[in-house]
Amino acid sequence: MAQPKTLVITGYGINSDNELAYCFTLAGAPAERVHINDLIEGKKKLDEYQIVAFPGGFSFGDHIASGRVFANKIKGRLGDQILGAMERHCPIIGICNGFQVLVKLGLLPSDATKEKPALKQNCSLVQNDSGKFEDRWVTLKANSQSHCIWTKGLETIEMPVRHGEGRFIVDQSETLRKLWGHGQVALQYCAPDGGEAQYPFNPNGSVDGIAGICDPSGYVFGLMPHPEAFLNATNHPRWQELGLRGEGAGMKIFRNVVKHLG
Amino acid sequence: MLTRIEIGQKTETTESRGRRLKNTVFEDLQIRVEGIQTIAVYTLELDLKPGEAEHIANELLADPVCENWVIEKNLAQAFDWLIEVGFRPGVTDNVARSTLEGIQDLLQRDLGEAAAVYTAWQYVLTGALSEAEVYTIADKLLANSLIEKFKVLSKAQWVMLGGLQAESNRVASSHLPTSRGIVLPNDTESLQKLSQDMMLALTLEEMQAIKAYFSRPEIKEERKKIGMPEEAMDVELEVIAQTWSEHCKHKIFAADIDYEDELGQHVNIRSLFKTYIWKATEDLKPRSPWLRSVFTDNAGVIAFTEDFDVCIKVETHNSPSALDPYGGAMTGIVGVNRDVLGTGMGCRPIFNTDIFCFAPPDYNKSIPERLLHPKRVFKGVHRGVRDGGNESGIPTVNGSIVFDERFLGKPLVFCGTGGIIPSRLKGKASWQKEIHSGDRIVMVGGRIGKDGIHGATFSSLALTEASPTSAVQIGDPITQKKLSDFLLEARDAGLYRFLTDNGAGGLSSSLGEMAREVGGCRIHLDKAPLKYPGLDPWEILVSEAQERMSFAVPPAKLSEFITLAKSRGVEASDLGHFTKEPWFEAYYDEACVCKIHMEFLHDGNPKLKLKAKWNPPTLSAEAKSDRDTELARVLTSRSLHEDAMQLLGRYNICSKESWVRQYDHEVQAASVMKPFVGKAADGPGDAAVLRPVYDSKQGLVVSHGLAPRYSDIDTYHMTACAIDEALRNAVAVGANPDRLSALDNFCWPDPVQSDVTPDGEFKLAQLVRSNQALYDYCIAFGLPLISGKDSMKNDYGRGENKISIPPTLLISLLGTIDDVEKCISSDFKSAGDIVYLLGETQNELGASEYMNMLGIPDHKGGEVPKVDSHRALQRYRLVYQAIQQGLIRSAHDCSDGGLFVALAECCIGARLGADIQVPEPLSLEKLSDAALLFSESQSRLILSVSPEKSAEFEHLFDTQGSETQKTVFRLGQITENPRLNISRKTSLSETDDKPRLLFSETIETLRLAWQKTLND
Repeated sequence: MAQPKTLVITGYGINSDNELAYCFTLAGAPAERVHINDLIEGKKKLDEYQIVAFPGGFSFGDHIASGRVFANKIKGRLGDQILGAMERHCPIIGICNGFQVLVKLGLLPSDATKEKPALKQNCSLVQNDSGKFEDRWVTLKANSQSHCIWTKGLETIEMPVRHGEGRFIVDQSETLRKLWGHGQVALQYCAPDGGEAQYPFNPNGSVDGIAGICDPSGYVFGLMPHPEAFLNATNHPRWQELGLRGEGAGMKIFRNVVKHLG
Repeated sequence: MLTRIEIGQKTETTESRGRRLKNTVFEDLQIRVEGIQTIAVYTLELDLKPGEAEHIANELLADPVCENWVIEKNLAQAFDWLIEVGFRPGVTDNVARSTLEGIQDLLQRDLGEAAAVYTAWQYVLTGALSEAEVYTIADKLLANSLIEKFKVLSKAQWVMLGGLQAESNRVASSHLPTSRGIVLPNDTESLQKLSQDMMLALTLEEMQAIKAYFSRPEIKEERKKIGMPEEAMDVELEVIAQTWSEHCKHKIFAADIDYEDELGQHVNIRSLFKTYIWKATEDLKPRSPWLRSVFTDNAGVIAFTEDFDVCIKVETHNSPSALDPYGGAMTGIVGVNRDVLGTGMGCRPIFNTDIFCFAPPDYNKSIPERLLHPKRVFKGVHRGVRDGGNESGIPTVNGSIVFDERFLGKPLVFCGTGGIIPSRLKGKASWQKEIHSGDRIVMVGGRIGKDGIHGATFSSLALTEASPTSAVQIGDPITQKKLSDFLLEARDAGLYRFLTDNGAGGLSSSLGEMAREVGGCRIHLDKAPLKYPGLDPWEILVSEAQERMSFAVPPAKLSEFITLAKSRGVEASDLGHFTKEPWFEAYYDEACVCKIHMEFLHDGNPKLKLKAKWNPPTLSAEAKSDRDTELARVLTSRSLHEDAMQLLGRYNICSKESWVRQYDHEVQAASVMKPFVGKAADGPGDAAVLRPVYDSKQGLVVSHGLAPRYSDIDTYHMTACAIDEALRNAVAVGANPDRLSALDNFCWPDPVQSDVTPDGEFKLAQLVRSNQALYDYCIAFGLPLISGKDSMKNDYGRGENKISIPPTLLISLLGTIDDVEKCISSDFKSAGDIVYLLGETQNELGASEYMNMLGIPDHKGGEVPKVDSHRALQRYRLVYQAIQQGLIRSAHDCSDGGLFVALAECCIGARLGADIQVPEPLSLEKLSDAALLFSESQSRLILSVSPEKSAEFEHLFDTQGSETQKTVFRLGQITENPRLNISRKTSLSETDDKPRLLFSETIETLRLAWQKTLND
């Protein structure tokens, strides 16, 4: 099969697009950074790509709430295209601000009991319990019961979080029950020894320490931590002490999806 | 039509903003509030169809999971007091702008030019509070009256009003823009008064030069020809004042100085800049082949790899940060980002640095009029730099915070940015650019308002209670991010020939500079996009409204340039064109309102002639001996253990982690050495290392040094120490000391002798000495200076109430590293490793942090540290070699607080202990226990080496250290037992050589002492 093409959406304050594009390209899915307005103006179309990525950043400066104004733009101007991508099982990833966009768009977690995905928000990412933006490395535990194609085969993985609004909450306990029941919880924050995480290991106070979720199909994935910020081993805060060299462990997530499509 | 929408939290659990605020109110103001509920208020001034307001609230403004909303009603229910804070009319409201765009996306229609949104925050308070307390909370914590207004209502007042209703916040202006001629009076007094009244910050000599210019027959003739009045126009005086401001022209660094040294010998210095700074670089050029463009562009450019160049610039934003810490600091950081964006053909910013100097946050004396409490300045500046950097997607990789009471007069806010650019673009060297006659002048980015008018002239004056409110700008990182994304796209498409930043002095300054490249320029001010009507032509020309850059666009590319800008959500306006003729011309509605000869504009200012006299605070041999006896008496009476623990928690030494962690320091995924290192990532990093080209192992190292306390003894040594600190920080992580470039940022109190500055000659001498050291040490270390800046009026008030900052020089270094995988961090790595101290320890406690803690100032505390550059460089080269050979496992610089603090930090980072037995002697001098532990002798490093490598390591230093004096001292061993023991092998009496324990403490106790002070 030909190499899958990755669409990395940019513009309006998105800022982790360069490194994310690099990761996909390195993993074997050459990435193109495309301004959201080129999609809105029709110069490019979502269905030209086999992977869609929403990078981190501060779209619209987190004004009103993180990801909201950008999600509103997609919903208003590109809603059909994004639903179409979902229906054709195009892998979609949202990282940090991209995750906030997908959640506020209602694309994640998406209700497994509904036949068709609808753009209705039932979870949120709100201000960290600590009340402040923080940049720190966290340890994540992958849920082996999850359908997520992006985290398949992962056990634990380290990467940085860098956000002020990453606290995952749900509208009602039923939503949380469904998330677990349908294998939609993909990643949880854990203590460095693998145990349950309290602050700062759970950096934002997310319910059940949830750091990343997927849709019922496992193709759409969103997470607050930044795998693309661990592309080289030297990104790790203790690479010297641990003797890490070469590629960073964050690359596993991107290699996973390329392998899945391959 | 006005619609008021309020958004609040459904339950307490997501009210983290209110909870945090409640704590801050108690901590900062000692006022107890029972509860704070926060409500976002959006006022829409636009025509809506029925149901649309509900739709907007539901879909755009409120989070369906955790928030609720009301329209034309108030959410506040059970409460005691209510505070609502909104912007003053005309102040940039970034959230409002995004909201308006969101509404257009939601309703899928263009709302037109007249549509507006205003945002505000409401704080709903419960608790038994007096009206005065609530006003204090509003005024001292929530609102900055410079840019914001607030309402305070008790529950009863709120009931009486029937709640809060929608109000417009539009700028009400009926002012018709005009330009006027201004007669320049003959008598000197009136001429000087005119400069003051118009806030021109020009001296009498400069005003006289301007008057002479307008009296020239050929100028009169030229003006008559085009129907301009004979007298100067207000626009013209403003343009000249901006161009000639200290901020833009660096008049003190260009002045003729008669310098008299301590022996009464005179030296005539024709420009400090040319004599010392520029000269150092010129002299070093032959051995610095990596230099690309220095001192000519917005930032200094050096070669990085075969394919990429990098650049760096550091700016200060002191005066605006004093008045509006948040806005001032944010403008500082996004402003220096633009310098980098405007360098060469446009560099992509890849890192920020920030260094702050404040008065201590626990300052408890009275605060002079117009100044803010240092704690508020600290918090606001930190938040501004944090938001500015984080939202721009530029990692903040290196910085520090220095405290001294005198920074109450002016806080120092140094903001730096580095950038990267392909070395060649379309076959041309990317650091070069040009303008052709006929090229269009295109302004890109934010609109022009009254914000930041007179910023350049205002920063060239001392802060007083009368400082203008208009001088503050509000930054918007998102507008700038859009601008920078667009810029890089347009660069790669080859859509422009030249670009520069619109910073201090606004269009007047950027176009004035650009026009020099070609001849002149002709600009139509009525074509400039405004935030609101009513600006006079001069205001349009000098406004420092943010996020703007000026481009020279070939006419053939104009439409493509403007179309791309529009598609990227960026406003681009064609304002005129560049000309061959040497005139700076501006028009408004077809009338010429400004025509100044370029030569006069740029070179017409009379050179300053200044006197400097160096009167060092010297001590006779007898006085020195008395001092040393007295010091010895004081020191023996103290508990070393208590002093050491107290020192570790001092503002200048303690951990700033909880503040630094709020900066995104690894966006762009290039980070190799982070601000915090070690087992729990909380040990101090010495310098940042980045790997901006992911598939290459080549790296950049970024470090800095500053030592303002030493200025109390001698600015010459202050400068040497700042340079050495920056260098040893870089060397500690593995930088090649022979491949670094430096930047100088001077922040000085006013050094011009006058009634308000009676000690100007001394302060200028301090500046001369600092420059002399800068030259001497840059040459000795082989550090070419590639860029710099000065800020010369860092004083508050006059007479007895005057507060002047200590003379401060920040040295920033940028260098390249061939293989980042060889870099090392400061934390000890494993038990059993051998600990070494490199460099001698002298009796250099003068103006040290320790003496500062004991309240013994300047030379009364002893000698100031001095730098032996020859031996230091030899040592640094050996360290580099040892790191390259993989002999060293950790390295940490020895700095404030001396050997003790450095050892403690290495242990804290590792959560390991160390058994240290300090060998004797550490130098030719006899050291007291306090000097041994706390002396701040320069050029020292703490290293650790694995036992297998120690012989090879020692051999390297023994055989290659050609000096007879030792430079490497084996201190002891790293231990699993987490305790730091420091003992001395000989006692002071030298009769008994049993090791004597000086200090012993657990690492956990050290960690807590180091972290608690500024742990937020």
